[in-house]
Amino acid sequence: MGSPLGRAVGLGSAKEGVEYWWLQRITAVALVPLSLWFVIAIIRLAGADFDSVRDWIGNPLPAILLVLLLIATFYHVSLGLQVVIEDYIHAELTKIGLVIIVRLACFALAVAGIFAVLSMAVGMSN
Amino acid sequence: MRSADRPLSPHLQIYRWQLTSVLSILHRAAGVALSAGAILLVWWLVAAASGPDAYDGVAEFLGSWLGLLLLFGWTLSLFYHLCNGIRHLVWDTGHGLELRSTYIGGWLVVGATGVLTLIAWIAGISSWAS
Repeated sequence: MGSPLGRAVGLGSAKEGVEYWWLQRITAVALVPLSLWFVIAIIRLAGADFDSVRDWIGNPLPAILLVLLLIATFYHVSLGLQVVIEDYIHAELTKIGLVIIVRLACFALAVAGIFAVLSMAVGMSN
Repeated sequence: MRSADRPLSPHLQIYRWQLTSVLSILHRAAGVALSAGAILLVWWLVAAASGPDAYDGVAEFLGSWLGLLLLFGWTLSLFYHLCNGIRHLVWDTGHGLELRSTYIGGWLVVGATGVLTLIAWIAGISSWAS
């Protein structure tokens, strides 16, 4: 069997680290203006009732920026939580299971959020 | 001793706390907190799309003490993760990695987080009141 080092030497990396690294940075850069815009928008909406919120999301610019925010956020979340899981969970099956759950949950939440925004933006909702 | 049983470095029990390592783990903690906050964002949007009753439920929760406390925690986490994230992006270019720079940048991030959170909440409360 050999030592742990002996088993690892020569295998190399999975060759996917660079793309992961880039996507985390690209989503991070996108989230700088998007999250600042979102905080300012929420401050302006503080205390607003249902109709004002719907009026706001009914405009193209907030709707587009919200969709972009959702995409960048959940991409960034799935990459970030994956690293956290890989760092602290060492049981192989639990680790892989959690990474899969996080990925699927991020995808589902992003789709739910985007659908909600689009349905309000194009007037499909009640 | 099997290699898996060997003690891991750093030994957290005896390690002296320092700004750099505290900010590092806070970045991660804030990121995890913001992930939970992202669920709230989707809940809020889906409720708004569902109609006035669902929306009022979310608005009521957010206006409660627990809701406001969570919102404050998320504001703090967001500004910290944002500012420290920019610090990380600077490091990615190969700059600011000297010991002195990491401390200057670290304190700048702490200060900016406090100021931005304060400004956001003063603006938010005055917007709410008007």
